[in-house]
Amino acid sequence: MQSIIQVKGLTKSFKNLTAVKDLSFTVNEGDVYGFLGQNGAGKSTTIRMLLTLIEPTAGSIELFGMPLNTHRTEILRQVGAVIEKPDVYKYLSAIENLRIFARLSGLKPTDQQLMQQLEMVGLAGRAKDTVKTFSQGMKQRLGIAVALIHDPQLIILDEPTNGLDPQGIADIRNLIRHLSRDLNKTVLVSSHLLNEIEQIATRVLIIDKGSKLVEGAAADLFDPSQTLVELETLNNEAALLQLQESKWAANLQPRRTGALLIKLHRNQIPGLHKDLVEMQIPLLSLQPRHSLEDYFLQVTSGQHAHTH
Amino acid sequence: MRTLINIELYKIFRRPRTYIAFAAITALIVLIQFGLKVDGQTYVDFMLNDIGSTLEIDGNVLNGYLICYIMLQLLLVHVPLLIALIAADMISGEANMGTLRVLLSKPYSRTSFMLAKFIASTIYTLLLLVWLAFLALFVSMWIFGTDDMFLMKSNYVVLLKENDVFWRYIGAFLFAALAMTTVAALGFFLSVFAENSIGPIVATMSVIIFLTILSTMNIPVFNIVKPYLFTTHMISWKEFFDIQVTESNEAILGSIQNKERILNSAIVLFIHIILFVSGAIMVFRKKDILS
Repeated sequence: MQSIIQVKGLTKSFKNLTAVKDLSFTVNEGDVYGFLGQNGAGKSTTIRMLLTLIEPTAGSIELFGMPLNTHRTEILRQVGAVIEKPDVYKYLSAIENLRIFARLSGLKPTDQQLMQQLEMVGLAGRAKDTVKTFSQGMKQRLGIAVALIHDPQLIILDEPTNGLDPQGIADIRNLIRHLSRDLNKTVLVSSHLLNEIEQIATRVLIIDKGSKLVEGAAADLFDPSQTLVELETLNNEAALLQLQESKWAANLQPRRTGALLIKLHRNQIPGLHKDLVEMQIPLLSLQPRHSLEDYFLQVTSGQHAHTH
Repeated sequence: MRTLINIELYKIFRRPRTYIAFAAITALIVLIQFGLKVDGQTYVDFMLNDIGSTLEIDGNVLNGYLICYIMLQLLLVHVPLLIALIAADMISGEANMGTLRVLLSKPYSRTSFMLAKFIASTIYTLLLLVWLAFLALFVSMWIFGTDDMFLMKSNYVVLLKENDVFWRYIGAFLFAALAMTTVAALGFFLSVFAENSIGPIVATMSVIIFLTILSTMNIPVFNIVKPYLFTTHMISWKEFFDIQVTESNEAILGSIQNKERILNSAIVLFIHIILFVSGAIMVFRKKDILS
């Protein structure tokens, strides 16, 4: 499998701060590569280095097998990106913005092609409205249309679901899946919504304070046998007593809030639900917690630092 | 490169801010033309007050040529401020909007981006001057007519024949274009250092005001630096309206009193443009885009 991004020993220092330290990772063709880290972990700095917006202090970056510093123009022709906020020209309309960025990518699209692109992100109805009248979610979708207008091979999305409503988030998730599965695009996506990454990523990199904590296949990181379920009932204390007397007693976990926590295999969730009904526990909600979130908290607090 | 320039021009002329300068120039010129049309004779009487008793002047003194000269004297001091509105916003404005990072992740070199932006801001500057020329010269010629041009200098007067004036305006406007491009280059240079528009716009205006004061102050200690300040040379367009005379004090048609000064000023301004633009490109090529 061809590696699309190969980063070796990447370091970036700003005066008194080292934002990225000796970072190495590889993104292969067709990957949906989840890039995780807390705020200030160095995700955006790394992404900006991949796009030549920031010059690395040390290390090397190869994209499509070519060194970025010597083949910048060739490489960027094949890359589409949304970097942090999807900023476009607010005094121009959606279609005008799209036309400008298409021209910058060497294309001369017809209005029909531009409309198709806007259709894909659900903005065809607002094509001629100036962007200053758009909501954050609409700007986000326009930013994604801009990133995809030249049909790039590698798509870099930095927090692509920011400002989107649940339907918008689901649309982006489906779009990323479509890009990867149907069009064989490679996607590098950073997000603070860990459950989003969990649902779409094939590989994951977790960084903290500029250094790699974990890199590996998502399936290895998100172990389904360690799924946490959060229970809310009308009376949590009474429910706890009932569960302590049941076969689920060994699965009960220390509570962090008022809700009850049960660790189990993801496949056991239907059985748990059935037992709760039989025990006549007045259930308000049964919510599987995002395993990656727990995993992420573990590795970033130094409890579980390793590489798969 | 052509694509980049076209895009930059499109962005400039789709912004409402761009038209502030055109509107301001239109308003000022129309105001002056109105004032001179209504009460121009008082202005002429005041202007000729000192020499009226020794020199008999007839004809249409307050003609379009003289009015254009008056307006250029007034406006070419202030036009730089309007140019700064756009030129000093070229990079910082993109950084402020967040579009700089989108632009620079496209497959063009930073040098190409910078040159395209500078060329676009220069075209804007030139169009502003063309508009100024149209209103100040052609509209004034239409409203006030044409005649010989009578100019009061500090200690002498110049009389230019009607058929010897128009080409001088072409030269003056071309020189003004060079001077204003220097201003655009300064604004462009300062624009690289900021991530909001206000800072470089105010800085450009401040530098021009500061250097203009230095250029016009007659204090010996400042005379050493004056020849190197671009503001000293920005007013050399006036040299086009100084004519050579024969030994018998007769004007030589088509002549310019001090061609060397015009050439010298043009070279100094051109060097400033090169320095500002190449400085901006050098800084920008190494700049980390954090906006």
